[in-house]
Amino acid sequence: MLTVRIIPCLDVEDGRVVKGIRFTDLQEAGDPVDLAADYNEQGADEIVFLDIGASYRRRKTMVDVVNQVSRRVFVPLTAGGGIRSVEDMRILLQSGADKVAVCSAALKRPGLISEGAEVFGSQCLVLSIDAKQHGGSWRVYSHGGRIDTGLDVLEWARQGEKLGAGEILLNSIDADGTREGFDLELTRKVGEILSIPVIASGGAGSLAQIYAAFSQGKADAALLASLFHFKEYTVRDVKTYLKMKGIRVR
Amino acid sequence: MKIGIVDYGAGNLRSVRNAFDYLGMKSLIVDSPSQLKELDKLVLPGVGAFGHAVGRMRDAGFFSPVYDWLKEDRPFLGICLGFQMLFDLSDESPDEKGFGFFEGSCRRFRERKVPQIGWNAVQTGGNTLLFDGIPSGEHFYFVHSYYVAAGDGGMVLGRTEYGLSYVSVVGNGHVFGVQFHPEKSGEAGLTLLENWGKKC
Repeated sequence: MLTVRIIPCLDVEDGRVVKGIRFTDLQEAGDPVDLAADYNEQGADEIVFLDIGASYRRRKTMVDVVNQVSRRVFVPLTAGGGIRSVEDMRILLQSGADKVAVCSAALKRPGLISEGAEVFGSQCLVLSIDAKQHGGSWRVYSHGGRIDTGLDVLEWARQGEKLGAGEILLNSIDADGTREGFDLELTRKVGEILSIPVIASGGAGSLAQIYAAFSQGKADAALLASLFHFKEYTVRDVKTYLKMKGIRVR
Repeated sequence: MKIGIVDYGAGNLRSVRNAFDYLGMKSLIVDSPSQLKELDKLVLPGVGAFGHAVGRMRDAGFFSPVYDWLKEDRPFLGICLGFQMLFDLSDESPDEKGFGFFEGSCRRFRERKVPQIGWNAVQTGGNTLLFDGIPSGEHFYFVHSYYVAAGDGGMVLGRTEYGLSYVSVVGNGHVFGVQFHPEKSGEAGLTLLENWGKKC
């Protein structure tokens, strides 16, 4: 049986890992290569790197990070942040990433998803969606949560799947960094309408909340950042807890 | 010993190469069929669509020399799509045939989310050096939308469960194939690659 995945996320800026609260107030959390190797030791199922700077100079730093990690860590690596073209994807995949996550650029030009999927395969393409609640539904935000696109999250997720995305990385802007738990309803709803896997992200502050992402949110994977960076829990702690609760883990 | 990784333009060869480097085993990326004769062992990786990959293998002139390699029972490891290509055909691309080295065909998952992405258990039976030191039920990383449907012939070395039970490892003589990605499966995957390189 397939296990759920626990995925540490490293927000990388200028070669360092940082973690913000509600997308701002960045705090530094360490060297990405060392952290990735640590998480691998702890039993991480995958590792995600998000370039939150994304100027040209920073992009090169990201390529170096992915390159170095892929020589030491043998679990799937995803790179995202500021990817605008098939060429951007190619550079990251060739430097050792297994998947790329697209966000703002795909909103501007949805064809980017289908182009990437055609060249590299859907398994390489993760569509990252930043969602914010508006009344009874959720809207898609772009540019690191700063711009309201007006698009409905469920619509965009459905379109992303149709265009060839292999997974959805679903981040709740409302929950991100709050430690008050995942947006379970959002996670469950997106999962229900898609046949591709959904990775829940944003808001985890306790083991019970991570369990809820799977038991109630029906997520296929959970993306976790600050909980791990500040060493409150190890990946192994999370898995031990989930296993005790009857969730299948590696 | 020289390990070649076939580059026919369908897949991330870099990670396979990195894994062999990490294990201290020499490998090279092979982009021309003429290089095959210098090699002792061959890895056929691959991601993407079945028909597209078979087409690229033909266009690059690899299809028939690799078929000969298999017939001569030379050391071989097919990974993911490279494993599926060992079988007859795939529903994904009915017009393109695989090597037909093993009997079976690829069908699309219908019961669960597609693609299957993540770590799943491999139940191994029998005695194979490929899994030396790896217990049955160990988890490996899978990414695929089609699975191999094949009878329980002697070549089946491992099975995995995803809505149904399917063939995830085959082997006969020196020819092996795995549906999962050993190069992305942590310690267990590295052990398998080392076993293949040194013992199979």
